[in-house]
Amino acid sequence: MITMTRETLFNLAMMAALILFPLWAWLADEPFMITLATKAVILALAGVGLNIALGLGGLVSLGHAAFFGIGGYAMGILASHAQNYTPLIETPFLIEGTKSMPVIWLVAVICSGLAALAIGALSLRTSGVYFIMITLAFGQMLFFFTISWPAYGGEDGLSIYVRNGFPGLNTLDPIQFYGICFALLALVLFFAARLARSPFGLALNAARQTAERVETVGISPYKLRLTAFVVSGMITGLAGALFADLNRFISPTMFSWQTSGEIMIFVIIGGVARLFGPVVGAVIFIALEHLLGGLSDYWHIYLGVLLLLIVLFARGGVIGTLTGREVAHD
Amino acid sequence: MTDPMMTDPVLETRGISKTFGALQASKDISLTLMPGEIHALIGPNGAGKSTLIKQIAGGLRPDAGQVFLQGREVTGLDTPARARLGLGRTFQISALAMEDTVLQNAVLGALGASGRPFRFWRAALGDKDLRARAQDALERVGLQEHAATRTAELSHGQRRQLEVAVALTLRPKAFVMDEPMAGLGTGGSLRLTGFLDGLRAEAPILLVEHDMDAVFALADRISVLVYGEVIATGTVEEIRANPDVRSAYLGDEA
Repeated sequence: MITMTRETLFNLAMMAALILFPLWAWLADEPFMITLATKAVILALAGVGLNIALGLGGLVSLGHAAFFGIGGYAMGILASHAQNYTPLIETPFLIEGTKSMPVIWLVAVICSGLAALAIGALSLRTSGVYFIMITLAFGQMLFFFTISWPAYGGEDGLSIYVRNGFPGLNTLDPIQFYGICFALLALVLFFAARLARSPFGLALNAARQTAERVETVGISPYKLRLTAFVVSGMITGLAGALFADLNRFISPTMFSWQTSGEIMIFVIIGGVARLFGPVVGAVIFIALEHLLGGLSDYWHIYLGVLLLLIVLFARGGVIGTLTGREVAHD
Repeated sequence: MTDPMMTDPVLETRGISKTFGALQASKDISLTLMPGEIHALIGPNGAGKSTLIKQIAGGLRPDAGQVFLQGREVTGLDTPARARLGLGRTFQISALAMEDTVLQNAVLGALGASGRPFRFWRAALGDKDLRARAQDALERVGLQEHAATRTAELSHGQRRQLEVAVALTLRPKAFVMDEPMAGLGTGGSLRLTGFLDGLRAEAPILLVEHDMDAVFALADRISVLVYGEVIATGTVEEIRANPDVRSAYLGDEA
């Protein structure tokens, strides 16, 4: 028997909104609104990635921009070689660029996963403030590397003139591209929901609360956390590739620590460890940016006030406030 | 009874030493835990009991000496590896996932015992084997009614029971229990004493305990640790009669 908790109902309503709003925008011929929704969905995806490390694993990573950026640059590099008809590598074997989204996603996910493995393997030897600082340091290293890497635009970034393709769809049509992003978000949310209840999720969640106990039942908290960090990085990397395709532009900003901070803000606003926390957070962020950004360039002040209120008075984020304080259990 | 397997210690330390700066926390400690026995480790506060337990369980590496579990040297292994080889440990201060339910904590133990925690798809609580093993352990300590309770809502005594239940899910070869009676009332202490009495047939127990009634009721042998050194090992009567122990630790109580 399925019992609906308030949180489940809230999540379903959120999914419905993410279908109905773009549908309305499409019928009303408001392509800009569809683009806003697409941006929210992609940023939500990045947040869902971070939430696996942060919410489930308790790993406060301030370096997730690294994976977002790697995903973006995977797209930019592959697509720029394809649009310039120059091979990516000639020796020892020929690798061409590509304009195929599925191939780009795969490369983005693999590259960001490998980066997360390397960064995580080193960072997870520390904890607390040191972990935050070392992840930040890795993010900054990649940021400055891309600034000084002239091959793909350096500081100026790099434009891709035509959006990459997906078999059977016209990705330049905003609603179709939105459909792709939404489908990926839904798929990843489904995966994240399974993960949280899986044996791995149970052990990771316990390791966040009491690493000692997890060790004494024969499970290494380090391996749990490293796995979580890699999965988390892969999802955020996928979001980076989509974000680059949305803008048809990549730049070192994707790697900046502000990006890491923004992804973390989505998670905190929506609700840490809540499945839909990052989705709600990203939607609120984009809504505020759109509504307040028109009034003032300093709209981040209002975002800051909201964040402050949530951290002080609503630790469960928006979802926690609306649906009850405890994270749902089976 | 002449089977040599029966006379080999299940758990053994040989000449364990550990210093922290000028403090010698463990001084050449050699202990054995024989099949079927409860070996109590007593000593005043600061005698180095916890430090010794950590070196046995894997949290601390001794400066010198070795630890053996079922004849296999485990000195170089970390805590998870020792747990997988059959060392079941309980903590002085309950180390439980407080946000999770009682059942989830027990399932965590069963998951560790299964050796396959890296499964990402099927629900942990939907796994029949894990669940059965967890529920079995909860029943044994009398917590089956509280399976769905959040651990944070348990009483102190129930948390102590859960602490033992999680160790039971591992079906260990040897238990190392750090003050399982701590903070229990007389009733709870008596009940746990009765339970541990039966448990020794399954696996021997190295028991660190301040509750002398429990120690004298349960222990086959007692080792007395003072300033990092084992000053005596023997039966309850021998320890009670030992003049060094009386002056160093038991004082007028004995």
